[in-house]
Amino acid sequence: MIIASLFETAWHALTTHRMRSFLTMLGMMIGVAAVILMLAIGQGAQAMVRSAIESMGSNLFIVMSGATTTGGARVAMGSAPTLTFADADAIRDLPDIVAAAPVSPGSAQLIYAGLNWSTSVFGSTPDYAIVRDWPMASGGFFSEADVRSGARVAVIGQVVARELFGDEDPIGKIIRIRQAPFEVIGVLAAKGQSLDGRDQDDLVIVPISSAQQKIFSSSLRNRARFIMAQATSEKTMDAAESAINEVLRNRHRIGVGQEDDFIVRNLTAIAETAASTTRVMSLLLGAIAAISLVVGGIGIMNIMLVSVTERTREIGIRMAIGARRRDVLWQFLIEALTLSLIGCAIGLALGIGGAWLVERFAGLPVAVTPASVLMAVGVSFLIGVFFGFYPARRAAGLDPIEALRAQ
Amino acid sequence: MAEFGQLLIEVLGIEKDYPTGAGVFQALRGVSLGIAAGEFVAIMGASGSGKSTFMNLLGCLDRPTRGSYHLHGQDVSRLSSDQLAALRNREIGFVFQGFNLLPKLTALDNVALPLMYAGMGRQARRQQAQATLNRVGLGDRSHHTPLQLSGGQQQRVAIARALATRPRIIFADEPTGNLDSETSRQVMGFFSQLNHEEGITLVLVTHEADIAAYARRRIRFQDGRVVEDVAIEAVAA
Ligand SMILES: Nc1ncnc2c1ncn2[C@@H]1O[C@H](COP(=O)(O)OP(=O)(O)OP(=O)(O)O)[C@@H](O)[C@H]1O
Ligand SMILES: [Mg+2]
Repeated sequence: MIIASLFETAWHALTTHRMRSFLTMLGMMIGVAAVILMLAIGQGAQAMVRSAIESMGSNLFIVMSGATTTGGARVAMGSAPTLTFADADAIRDLPDIVAAAPVSPGSAQLIYAGLNWSTSVFGSTPDYAIVRDWPMASGGFFSEADVRSGARVAVIGQVVARELFGDEDPIGKIIRIRQAPFEVIGVLAAKGQSLDGRDQDDLVIVPISSAQQKIFSSSLRNRARFIMAQATSEKTMDAAESAINEVLRNRHRIGVGQEDDFIVRNLTAIAETAASTTRVMSLLLGAIAAISLVVGGIGIMNIMLVSVTERTREIGIRMAIGARRRDVLWQFLIEALTLSLIGCAIGLALGIGGAWLVERFAGLPVAVTPASVLMAVGVSFLIGVFFGFYPARRAAGLDPIEALRAQ
Repeated sequence: MAEFGQLLIEVLGIEKDYPTGAGVFQALRGVSLGIAAGEFVAIMGASGSGKSTFMNLLGCLDRPTRGSYHLHGQDVSRLSSDQLAALRNREIGFVFQGFNLLPKLTALDNVALPLMYAGMGRQARRQQAQATLNRVGLGDRSHHTPLQLSGGQQQRVAIARALATRPRIIFADEPTGNLDSETSRQVMGFFSQLNHEEGITLVLVTHEADIAAYARRRIRFQDGRVVEDVAIEAVAA
C-alpha cells in the first residue's frame, strides 16, 4: 500500500523538478541507447558471419596450389597451378572425404541479348555443388559426363540470373562467356554474402574442362588453382587433413624435409575464428557501452545525494508524522529506480531508433534482440537499486530532530 | 503503581545531554512529571530553558539521555525506531511554530500524508483528509499549496495534519509564534475546543501569558528544570 503511494510521491518529486530529472536521466538514456545500439551492431555482424559460415558449406578444406613460405600462404597468380584433376580424384577417394572439386577460377564478361555483365567464372565439377552444400533454384547442375566431354553448359548464380535475364526464365538460353556460347542449364539458390563480404551469388559455374578450353588460357589444362574438399564429419577433419597432406606429398613426390607445393587450409576452423573474433568484438562494444551505463548510474547517485541534502527538512517532517526509516529508504530508492527506468525506456527507444537508422542509412546489418532489451532493462534496474541505495540509506538514517532543524 | 493507569504521560528524572565543542551541555537536568489524559498544559520558560528539548522527548522524536518516559504505561525507551514512528503516526500529533508543511504538496495532500504512513489507501485517506480540513474550516482550500495560504491558514492545515490520524495527544511547540494576535486567538480557540469537546490531550509551548491562559495547567522551565507547575483557573471560553 505504502509502496504504491511512494511511486506517486516519487513521480510528484520528479515532475516538480522536470529539468533536473531530465538531465539526471540523460546519462542513463545515453548509456542504454549505446548498449542497445552496440549490441545491435555486434549481433548484426555476428548474424552475418553465422549465415556466411552456414552458406560456406560444412567441414570444408581448401587445398591451394603453391608453396608455403614463412609467414603464410603465397600463391603467385602468374605461375602454373601445381594441383591436377587427378589430385582431386585421389583426395575424393580418401576414406574421410565425401567429395572433392578441382576449381579453376577466373572472371569474364557475359553477354545475353545485348545485356552484358562481368562476373566470376568458376570451372569445376559436380562435386562443387556437394562440397558447398549448394542447392539449385531451378534446372540442374552439370554432370561428370559434361566435364569429360567439355560440354558448353553453365550454371548461374542468382545475381547473374537477375542481371541478364530479369523476369525471363534463363533455363535453355544461350549466353556468351568471352564470346563462347554456353547453354544455361541451372540456376543456383541464393547464398548471400561470404565471410569476406563478396556476393556469392554473382558467379557462373561451368565444367572445368570447358572453362580451360573455351574461356581461360590453355596452359591451365588439367590443372586446378585449388581443390575444395568436404570431410565426412567434424570429427574426421583432423584425420582427413593429414590424409590429404600425405596423399599429395606422395603424388607430388615430395621427400622428407622438402617444401610442399600445396597448402591445405581448414576453412571451417578459419570461419570459427572469424566468428569468435566477431563475438569478442561485439562483447567489447557492449562493454564499452556498459561503462556509459555505469556513468549514468553514478549521475543518478550524485543527484539523489544532492536531493537528499536539499530535502533534509522534508525528511524530518515525514519522520515526525510517522514515516519509518524504511518508508524513507523506499521513497528515495523508488525515486532513483523511477529515474533509471524512465531513462532506460527513453534510451531503449533511442537505441532501437538508432539501430534502425544505422541499418537504413549505413547499410550495416543490425539485430535488436529481446535478450539485449531485457538485459538493458535489467541492468538499469540494478543500477537504479545500486546507485540509489546509498543516498536512500543516508536519507533513512537521518535523525528526525536534526532533519527538522535543517534549512 | 496505581497512578500509572490514569497517567498518559509519566516522566521520571529525565535528562538530556547535548555534546558540544566545549563538552556536554545538559539541556534537561532531571524533569519528573505526569500528564493525565484530557489535560491542557502550557509550558513556559525563557529561551534556551529546554522546552523544545522536552517536547521532542515527549513527542518520541528523540530519546532521553537518562531517566524514563512512559507513554500510556509503555516504556518508550524500549521501543524500536519503527515502533516510535508508529507511535508518532497514530498516538501523537505535532504542530510546529514554522508550520512545517511540505511546500510542493496541496493542503489536502499534506493532511493525507500521515494517513499514507498509516497504510491507508489513496481514496480513503483523501476522504479523511478532506473531512479533517473541513473541521479546521479549510474545506474550500484543499487544493491550495501552502504558499497560496495565509500564515493562520497554514497553521490550521498543520493542525489538520496533526489531527488526521485521530491521535490522543497533540504537542504544539509555539504554534502561535508566527501568527498575529487575532489569528492566534482563532487557533487557540480551536485547540480549546478540541480539548473540551474531544478530550484530546494538549501540551503546548508558548512565551505569551495570554496564550498560556487557554490552558488549565502551567509548567515553567528554567535551565533544564521545572520551576513551577500550577493549575490555572478556567477562562471563560
Ligand atoms: N542539538 C543540540 N546541540 C547542542 N545544544 C542544543 C541542541 N539542541 C538544543 N540545544 C541547547 O539546549 C538548550 C535548550 O534548547 P531548547 O531548544 O530546548 O530551548 P527552548 O526552551 O525551546 O528555547 P526557545 O524558547 O528559544 O525555543 C539550549 O541552550 C540549546 O542551545
Ligand atoms: Mg523552542
